[in-house]
Amino acid sequence: MIYLDNSATTSPYPEVLESFRKVSETYYGNPSSIHQFGGEAEKLLKTSKKQAADLLKVSEQELFFTSGGTESNNTAIKGIALKHQNRGRHIITSQVEHPSVLEACAALESLGFRVTYLSVNHEGKIDLDELKRTIDGETILISIMHVNNELGTIQPIKEIADLAAKYPKLFFHVDHVQGLGKVPLDLSHPGIDLCSMSSHKIHGLKGTGALYIQKGTTLFPLLHGGGQESSQRPGTENLAGIVAMVKAMRLTMEKQRHSYQHLEKLSAIIRTALHQDHRIVINSPEDGAPHILNFSVPNFKPEVVIHALGKENIFISTKSACSSKHSDESAVLAACGWGEDRSHFGLRISLSYQNTEEEVREFCKTFIHVLDQLNNVMG
Amino acid sequence: MQYDHIVIRYGELSLKGKNKKQFIGQLRENLKQKLRPFSNIKLFQTRDRMYIKLNGQEHEPVIEKCQEVFGIQSLNLAIRVENSIDQIKEGALWALREEKQAKTFKITTKRPNKNFEVSSQEMNQILGGHLLSNTDNLTVDVHNPDVEIRVEIRHDAAYIMAGKIPASGGLPVGTTGKSLLLLSGGIDSPVAGYLAMKRGVQVEAIHFHSPPYTSDRAKQKVLDLARELTKFGHEIRVHVVPFTELQQKIFREVPENYGMTVMRRQMMRVSERLAERENILSLTTGESLGQVASQTMESMNAINEVTNYPVIRPLVTMDKVDIIDISRRIGTYETSILPYEDCCTIFVPKQPKTRPSREKIHQFEHHVDFTPEIEKALDGIETITLTEHDQTKSEFEDLL
Repeated sequence: MIYLDNSATTSPYPEVLESFRKVSETYYGNPSSIHQFGGEAEKLLKTSKKQAADLLKVSEQELFFTSGGTESNNTAIKGIALKHQNRGRHIITSQVEHPSVLEACAALESLGFRVTYLSVNHEGKIDLDELKRTIDGETILISIMHVNNELGTIQPIKEIADLAAKYPKLFFHVDHVQGLGKVPLDLSHPGIDLCSMSSHKIHGLKGTGALYIQKGTTLFPLLHGGGQESSQRPGTENLAGIVAMVKAMRLTMEKQRHSYQHLEKLSAIIRTALHQDHRIVINSPEDGAPHILNFSVPNFKPEVVIHALGKENIFISTKSACSSKHSDESAVLAACGWGEDRSHFGLRISLSYQNTEEEVREFCKTFIHVLDQLNNVMG
Repeated sequence: MQYDHIVIRYGELSLKGKNKKQFIGQLRENLKQKLRPFSNIKLFQTRDRMYIKLNGQEHEPVIEKCQEVFGIQSLNLAIRVENSIDQIKEGALWALREEKQAKTFKITTKRPNKNFEVSSQEMNQILGGHLLSNTDNLTVDVHNPDVEIRVEIRHDAAYIMAGKIPASGGLPVGTTGKSLLLLSGGIDSPVAGYLAMKRGVQVEAIHFHSPPYTSDRAKQKVLDLARELTKFGHEIRVHVVPFTELQQKIFREVPENYGMTVMRRQMMRVSERLAERENILSLTTGESLGQVASQTMESMNAINEVTNYPVIRPLVTMDKVDIIDISRRIGTYETSILPYEDCCTIFVPKQPKTRPSREKIHQFEHHVDFTPEIEKALDGIETITLTEHDQTKSEFEDLL
């Protein structure tokens, strides 16, 4: 099998699964129980959090575990909106965010909040000047993703954070789900108030994520309960999932340090191969994240291509898995200003450090072959 | 170009005549320990300051670490350039451009290398002209500049520095002897330890543990606090005293309202004995006048009676809010407020005596012999050594 859909989800590292199993088996005590057995679990929880905080260069008090990227995004956006609505009820995001951001914003619109969806250029990048113009006295939150899940576009987070830092009333949330372990992000920047992360995109397990909340930033929590995670995210901690996430973070970030060039190389191989075929147009910007490559093959129905490749045991995707069950059109490509010839025919390859050169070469060969075959039928 | 050196300036050290050498030696030792994780950098010293050569290491984390070392007054980022006017001009311009907020500047040249082709005054003028003609919106202000560009022309090279970075001040830990810190787990005692360390004291900690009245978590909390303090003192030994039997006896034999005062006296006795054993010359506590019942003037008078060791009380006249501020700044607050019972919160009498008298206590203590329990407590002490860059990580290492 050649798995090239790592932005949808990744295969858990064997070491991570092993930790998950051991923790579930050995440390099943409730970290809130006052007996020694619960104490052990609590200690493991603290040690995990410390390690994660060190890896992200934040303090332990600023890191909260959640059930995943969707929950982190919802907590950040709704949490800021509900807590700080007396300061203003305007939110700024972009047209190319993940559905968990866009839908959370839409839900807030139904409660009377005003939301501005920034446009993007052909490469999927927002325009800083437009952002500047959009901020008004009512704006309480900017939510912009770091790496776009469909295109790999890297948004100018540092510049946005510099700007946000100038407005004391304004919070800035970064959806870092696709960037974690791939594209560095400096969370110590005082302008970044919140940051979402997910475990299963970095070879951890589904059902665990994290939210960074800068010291001094307060939220109205989505959940209320027994006081866990400083009452930001109550509910008995998913300790095995948390340990698995933190281990996956360590392993992935080690790979980020040592094997970043590997990803760039794989990406270049595919880009070069696809570039040579006149039927294919590449949508991902050259300076995007190295693990995501989006392209369109006009007039080749993406679903058909996916299935044809699937028969060869090669797995890629159309657009983000969270939106791909709906219509054919990629809202992200459409927002980039591409016509139907591109936006209805988008395909995405997403790599992980585990993919090899042979795999991507094999993919390129098979992909062209599949197009040829389909051409005969469809043409 | 990028900053390739950090210049370390001693504060109070320069005043210490004869002892200066020892102080600098200790500071250097402490810095070496502190900066051990940065394998690329090199530390060297000249007569009046130290330098860190970064060798490609990013400077931000190094500066952060230096700010935890006592005995440093301030830090400067510096670039080292060849001893040539052109190189110095280029370096000074680069350094000024790095100070993006600055609107006014001043140049101060020093020339320990008297062989250099132009004088300090001339160099100031050359550089001033060069910087003014190559920047926009910047003016010279010699009295109150936003940034001072300092140029030092030494024999080996010229160093160009901008923006002074404040450091912690104080004296290098280890230069003023050892003290035994009574560490409870609350907000105050870690702050007291921190302040003592700031005056150069090497701290060891003593903690009274009363299982099952106090839990493993309470003990762990104290170890976590001590670990936080290793940021400032590299190595801290924590002596955990098994206190249960002594404490039980106190509350059995002494009237309830005097229990706490007597307990504190026993703690002082055990502490002094331990200090004596470990060649430690003083005790340090987090007492703050008037804060709780045990910290009234009468209580302190009654408690202090049992030891003639100096008792350092860095917080004695401080307000609680100021103590909390320091606690937050040094990173102990979040741990301190964890809600575990410690030996001072159990057996708390409903109405502790706020004005105990020495005479009454003498009467109560006269009838009871605590010696066996004190000896037993001393014999049972468990000593745990914590160091900042602890390699023996956790029992969870294989899981994480």
